[in-house]
Amino acid sequence: MTLWWIGSLLLLLVILPVVIYLLHGVLRAAKSIVPSVDRIAAAAAAGSKDLDAVPLLLTTQDQVRTTVEVVANYGGSLDVIVDDAEEAAR
Amino acid sequence: MTPIFAIAAPGVVMLVAVVLIILALVYYLVSVIVALRRIVGGLDGVIASVGEIVEKTKPVNEVVLDINNNLDAGVDLLEGLLVKKAGLSDAMGLVEGLYPGAAAQGLRNFPESKDVVPPRIGEVYTRGTLTLARLGREAPIALGNPAGPALRDIEGGSLAARELYPEVRQTRPPSLPRSPVIGTDAPEQYERRDDIGKPRKRLPGRT
Repeated sequence: MTLWWIGSLLLLLVILPVVIYLLHGVLRAAKSIVPSVDRIAAAAAAGSKDLDAVPLLLTTQDQVRTTVEVVANYGGSLDVIVDDAEEAAR
Repeated sequence: MTPIFAIAAPGVVMLVAVVLIILALVYYLVSVIVALRRIVGGLDGVIASVGEIVEKTKPVNEVVLDINNNLDAGVDLLEGLLVKKAGLSDAMGLVEGLYPGAAAQGLRNFPESKDVVPPRIGEVYTRGTLTLARLGREAPIALGNPAGPALRDIEGGSLAARELYPEVRQTRPPSLPRSPVIGTDAPEQYERRDDIGKPRKRLPGRT
């Protein structure tokens, strides 16, 4: 009988609080993840929106290519027009 | 009766404890499930956004590499042209004049440029200024060095200047109208005025 009482009280006063404590810890950890995931989702959505301008890189690519071609032509003309430093020093 | 109560009391306590444990398990586990479902929903959004990011950034590497290659070619071209035309020392002076402190970094294709002490170049003449300077010296463009002596056509230099004026004589016509003949033998004679040589008449209203 005494052991029966001891077992019941042990279950009620020790096991139950420990179970509640452990489950509460799990629940607190799980709930703490939710806002982090929400922030990550918001950041990822914002990052994806920021990349909407990426197709403009194709325009930039064409512009850079054209610019370099113009610079090359201009440089070629300058190469003909302006004397070299060695010739000017003579 | 007493033994029955004595047996039932610990049993009831145990039953209550078990029921409480089960209730706690149910409450917390359901709460954990709800939280995990919210996490799953958030992660689904993250995965979708990350997928978009991956799709959008897929061509970036290739495009940026191409842009960099083109810009590298442009830098190589301009550096080479600058050093070829101005010389390494003056080139570094120009770079330092336009971007103070940039000469310390040197030119990419000329490692020795880091050791050059850049001269102080206060003015950077533009192409237009250079062209005007050369035109002012009557030098055909691209034939002479503006730092050298003026390129003048000694024989035709004055003619080149005179041709700038719209004068009939510059066209070298076969005959020009004769100049008027003056003097006593001039075909056109005018009477001499009497007031010449006398004091000037006073104008009215002046004292």
